[in-house]
Amino acid sequence: MSDEPEDDIVLSELDDDELVQQMHDDLYDGLKDEIEEAVHILLERGWTPYRVLTEALVEGMRIVGIDFRDGILFVPEVLMAANAMKAGMAILRPLLAETGAPQVGKMVIGTVKGDIHDIGKNLVSMMMEGAGFDVIDLGINNPVESYMDALAEHQPDILGMSALLTTTMPYMKVVIDALKERGIRDNYIVLVGGAPLNEAFAESIGADAYCRDAAVAVETAKELIAERRRSNSAAMNVA
Amino acid sequence: MSPEDPHRRTGTLFIACGALGRELVAVLRAAGLPRPTIACLPAHWHNTPERIAPAVREKIRGIGRDYERVFVLYGDCGTGGELDRMLESEGVERIPGPHCYQFFMGTDEFTETAEREPGCFYLTDYLVRHFDRLIVAGLGLDRHPELRDMYFGNYTRLIYIAQTDDPVLRGKARAAADRLGLAYEVRHRGYGELAVFVNRAMAPAGD
Repeated sequence: MSDEPEDDIVLSELDDDELVQQMHDDLYDGLKDEIEEAVHILLERGWTPYRVLTEALVEGMRIVGIDFRDGILFVPEVLMAANAMKAGMAILRPLLAETGAPQVGKMVIGTVKGDIHDIGKNLVSMMMEGAGFDVIDLGINNPVESYMDALAEHQPDILGMSALLTTTMPYMKVVIDALKERGIRDNYIVLVGGAPLNEAFAESIGADAYCRDAAVAVETAKELIAERRRSNSAAMNVA
Repeated sequence: MSPEDPHRRTGTLFIACGALGRELVAVLRAAGLPRPTIACLPAHWHNTPERIAPAVREKIRGIGRDYERVFVLYGDCGTGGELDRMLESEGVERIPGPHCYQFFMGTDEFTETAEREPGCFYLTDYLVRHFDRLIVAGLGLDRHPELRDMYFGNYTRLIYIAQTDDPVLRGKARAAADRLGLAYEVRHRGYGELAVFVNRAMAPAGD
């Protein structure tokens, strides 16, 4: 009789489809070690890092996101899943750079001044990265100058701002007003998010969109970038 | 209810977060004030603030119809201004301030502390008493202790804003700081702006 319990799954014995399905389950259950092992197995089987990322990790987190939105999963479970995905991403990130994975766009993101909360922001960063965005994460407690410096240095398509506190969310307007004063507001898509925010607030401060969760942030970013590229190309055709 | 028999409204109603019920009673008792009606809502809604404004509105339109004066004891509590927008439309007054720990500490001191050290995590008597249920279990740290640093990694200090002088609570607050890996500080501030608001609310009309 084997030492292992009968119902233990040996990941390396699963075929590709079964393994990917198992990875979705393991992400859902926040099993970091299993995700790392499975990522290595798929890479050894010749999967491109981009395919592992999109079909196994991002798709798995998409399912987690849906169940979070539907009230089936709660924040601690989402964080465990995010931890597992982060571990998989850490293996893939250097390989993605080497193999020239497609880049959808670039984003600078940070939590605003006075606010040290970064769970939501980190989830957005990770999912944006998973969706093919180059993400420059400024961390927490960012004054206007940090955002301005990063925008000048990285020239992103998107500026993302996060706040968890009622007392810090007004600072997003301070940043947007600074963009307007410098005449560069329209150079960027501005996305905002955080628990106390809503669409009306985003509109009132002059952001392009409020993103209630990481999945919405990815979809919104893709849509607004596509829209912007369409209007730029229409403008060039007219010219 | 007919026009000849108008609905009679008497007395005062406080609609309060459950985290403030005991403190409200203490303030009333200390001031020798008559006991108004107190309707409390679950304190753990702090973790799901979207539930607060609709539930407070339901209380105002339900039990609140019977009272001459209705006051709300809640911080904004992460509703992003939704609570105040609702209260404005209902014509009901709330104690000012974004957080319950702010009105215990006092607005000026809180603002100065938050600006100087944004990574402060605040506990009140209530939150110390219910730390295990609201914070440890509420954030899933009992099931997943490894999440502690994801939640609290950017925090630097736990400040216990004490309403009462209770060595047991101070001990629990210090233990909470240790558990979260934070420096510990206690500031005894009593009932602060809560007492001011409640005393004013309970003053006879015209005072």
